[in-house]
Amino acid sequence: MVISIASGKGGTGKTTVACGLASVINESVYIDCDVEEPNGHLLLKPGILKEEPSYKLIPKINYESCDFCNKCAEVCEFNALLNLKSEIYLIDELCHSCGACTYFCPQKAITEANKENGKIRIGETSNNILFYDAYLKVGEASAAPLIKKVKNAYKGNKTVIIDSPPGTSCSMLESVKDSDFCVLVTESTPFGFNDLKLAINVLRQIKIPYGIVINKYDENYYLLDEYIQKNKLNLLLKIPFRMDIAESYSKGELLTETIKDYRIMMLELLEKIKTEIVEKEYV
Amino acid sequence: MLVAITSTCDTLDALVNEKFGRCQYFLIVDPYTMKFEAVPNPAEQAQGGAGPKAAEVIINKGVNVLLTGHVGDKAEQALKTGNIKVVDGLSGNVKVKDALNNYLSNLKRD
Ligand code: SF4
Ligand code: SF4
Repeated sequence: MVISIASGKGGTGKTTVACGLASVINESVYIDCDVEEPNGHLLLKPGILKEEPSYKLIPKINYESCDFCNKCAEVCEFNALLNLKSEIYLIDELCHSCGACTYFCPQKAITEANKENGKIRIGETSNNILFYDAYLKVGEASAAPLIKKVKNAYKGNKTVIIDSPPGTSCSMLESVKDSDFCVLVTESTPFGFNDLKLAINVLRQIKIPYGIVINKYDENYYLLDEYIQKNKLNLLLKIPFRMDIAESYSKGELLTETIKDYRIMMLELLEKIKTEIVEKEYV
Repeated sequence: MLVAITSTCDTLDALVNEKFGRCQYFLIVDPYTMKFEAVPNPAEQAQGGAGPKAAEVIINKGVNVLLTGHVGDKAEQALKTGNIKVVDGLSGNVKVKDALNNYLSNLKRD
């Protein structure tokens, strides 16, 4: 079972929910796919067992056969190749490793070489959560290849919680695709609401079942509730705005360990998700 | 020598565009004759890599000096590879013509 946790925007409490869920599942696997700013480790405090470099493929030009026909620069969607006539200049941070240049080079002058684009860490927490995260190198323009790597680093059949990056870009898509269920964390504000709609749109298109968690729930902001009711969306949980939660959160504590009813909320959330997934499998 | 200036329009009376990769035109001027060519920047609307793409254009035009407001890191690397001297810090409220004059007269002094 793979459950991903996403949110249209940053700062909604996505990582708190992801870590909370991971901590109430027996022997779970937590994978932080927010490779530009991973912060799950701050809450889960894992012991790191292994750290290994990750590589991506970049084109390498053989100038004995290159005739500067410009084909490679034309096909590169990401403007990573510049034809300076005396050199095919690669801006490797922009390269998404799509392989198009290699494929289309009429002279077969391009081969692919490895280049380090980040690091993957593997660890374990004191309460037996297997932990994975990754750091994208500064300046790297494409997070997706590293996300794919860290996402696929765990092979096994334990329950996996994927903490996806904020936003609705291809990074988010890469993290949530292939999950059985996606939890969208939002908050009771106009910004949260707007970004929730964008995220729902993405999930509908890639046909992943989802449910909504409203964090810092504020009943005065009725537009969000109204929208959820009208569209019969699957509202899984409302987490109230409470002083004790905010305080514990600001100290970087794992809420399921410090606040009893937060733990109960997470357990309920988990049960709901499980029923959703089972229902889906038997329809 | 050829001097390129990032511009908002295709005449020497146009205002400078401060952003190298996102400017509308490069005015490529021969300072000895003041003849110029206005080259539309194909990278203006590019999703990513606008700066480097723009660098490719002016390198292939044989430009020696670039006058502009700001150049990003990746474009800077590319311009360096193409041996282009970059003079940045131009502001967007001067005319291309004046920026060029200013550069050329300072050149004579040192
Ligand atoms: S497509 Fe191949 S031959 Fe043409 S410029 Fe690129 S590397 Fe050279
Ligand atoms: S692999 Fe793809 S993204 Fe990278 S340089 Fe070649 S065409 Fe561009």
